[in-house]
Amino acid sequence: MKKVAMTGNVAVANAMRQINPDVCAAYPITPSTEIMQQFSTFVANGQVDTELVTVESEHSAMSACIGAAAAGGRVMNATSANGLALMWEMLYIAAGNRLPIVLSCVNRALSAPINIHCDHSDSMGARDSGWIQLYAENAQEAYDNTIQAVRIGEHPDLHLPVMSCMDGFIISHSIENLELLDDRQVGDFVGPYKGTAYPLLDLANPVTYGALHLQDYYIESRKQLHEAHKRAKNIVIEVGREYGKLSGRSYGLFETYKMDDAEIGIVALNSAAGTAKVVVDEFRAKGVKAGLLKPRLFRPFPYLEIADALKGLKALCVLDRADSFGAAGGPLFIEVRSALYDLPKRPVAINKIFGLGGRDLGLDDLRKVFEELVTLLDKGQAKSLYEYITVRE
Amino acid sequence: MAGILEVRWHGRGGQGTVTAAKVLAEAVMAEGKNVQAFPEYGPERMGAPLRAYNRISETPMTIHCQVTNPAVVAVVDATLLDTVDVTEGATDDAIFVINTPGDPGELKKKMKLKSKQKVFCVDANAISLETIGRIMPNTPMLGAVVKATKVIKLDTLLADIRASFGKKFAEKIIQSNLDAASRAYGEVRS
Repeated sequence: MKKVAMTGNVAVANAMRQINPDVCAAYPITPSTEIMQQFSTFVANGQVDTELVTVESEHSAMSACIGAAAAGGRVMNATSANGLALMWEMLYIAAGNRLPIVLSCVNRALSAPINIHCDHSDSMGARDSGWIQLYAENAQEAYDNTIQAVRIGEHPDLHLPVMSCMDGFIISHSIENLELLDDRQVGDFVGPYKGTAYPLLDLANPVTYGALHLQDYYIESRKQLHEAHKRAKNIVIEVGREYGKLSGRSYGLFETYKMDDAEIGIVALNSAAGTAKVVVDEFRAKGVKAGLLKPRLFRPFPYLEIADALKGLKALCVLDRADSFGAAGGPLFIEVRSALYDLPKRPVAINKIFGLGGRDLGLDDLRKVFEELVTLLDKGQAKSLYEYITVRE
Repeated sequence: MAGILEVRWHGRGGQGTVTAAKVLAEAVMAEGKNVQAFPEYGPERMGAPLRAYNRISETPMTIHCQVTNPAVVAVVDATLLDTVDVTEGATDDAIFVINTPGDPGELKKKMKLKSKQKVFCVDANAISLETIGRIMPNTPMLGAVVKATKVIKLDTLLADIRASFGKKFAEKIIQSNLDAASRAYGEVRS
């Protein structure tokens, strides 16, 4: 174990170095570029055995990953925003073919207007593609999730691609303290590759990938994907626990912060959850029973467990760093609110869309949200279900 | 923020301001403290005003919003004093470390600082010209910031400059940067 100060991108690149994948495809896009830039140095220095394929677009990058994974290789990649959007078609093909590719998604706003900064519109748009999605608050979690993603995706009960997300610039380009495991520890943890039961390069047992399924088999194939997602939750827990024994940092489906006796709470993904913890502490110091829940696994969404963790609250606000235009709230809100539906006694739930295109979510913004939740304790009725904050009117 | 020292760097593209925030972060970590370093990313051009930030704390930090109320403001290019409001949001007892041959008392008046705010001046351009051989104010500014804030020991900073420059530069350049930081540490005025 080694204590270091590095950016989220460099931390993920080091996780990749320690994992030593067989194949990576690279096509640069801000803010994920630095991951592959750093990793290409490891390749050039002979620190990894990876075949680094430089391609002409993100569509080709994911296509190369799919080919290499189907051939029987351990495969990783990184992208952001419009790069992920250009991979769209291939994301579904990776999941449909049950190829355990690990993709670092450094969250960035989609165009237009063109913007390089953080929001979650990229990965949220890919939430129905069949990929497992993990979210990270900081560089440490991004590093830890990258390593666990390999084990989760390659698990013989899953064989699913995994997207490991962190906030663009806020985490990807910020230097902070973290601990790296020893190379050998990571090597032992991920173990030898066994992510595909039927590799294309197993010439003695020829197989076909990407065959045509019409009315006869397509829906059965999708049902299998659905069933795999149902199994993923327990495997994420199992891998998180084992990783905890190795690193001292255990991971589950989500993190709760001061939720035991909480009456009001915030649900938020990624770095915003870290800032919200500061405000939870402030309100706790004033005697307000405030708490926070930070989902880690967004796909599959652990709706039963999250409903159980939120059931003691009287009022909660879900913070979304993405909009689902025309829907009854942002993507995270839709999931959380739906999860609450079957509770015998539901908390009042409101939604704020914040921070699109990297707009800062400051302590004052969060204080206002908690103050509104305090008023909901008495009133019980929100003035609006769903609104933008951190925005100029 | 209680318990967290927040630093804002003002510089121009090409002066090594982002590197300064990074080197400070690594040196702070070497003393076992918790740290963040992050620049403000926009259209990046040589000579354009830019900001970079540090947060330093004895305990782990979860905060990830922007720094809006810095207790330390480092101005790597004094021409920015006329174009950018470097005092914006600074705490009432903030420390300003400015790269200038000027007088701290006069600058405090010119910048209309509050009574408990304090100015430190160091001629980082002249020091870098004499040690490094060209105007590269970031390492002397680091020496001055360390002296003014006492956030880490000078030796820790020097060790980290050696470690982070050692990978890229020849011994002569490393030594001249170490001299620049040490001289600025000794010459900073308040």
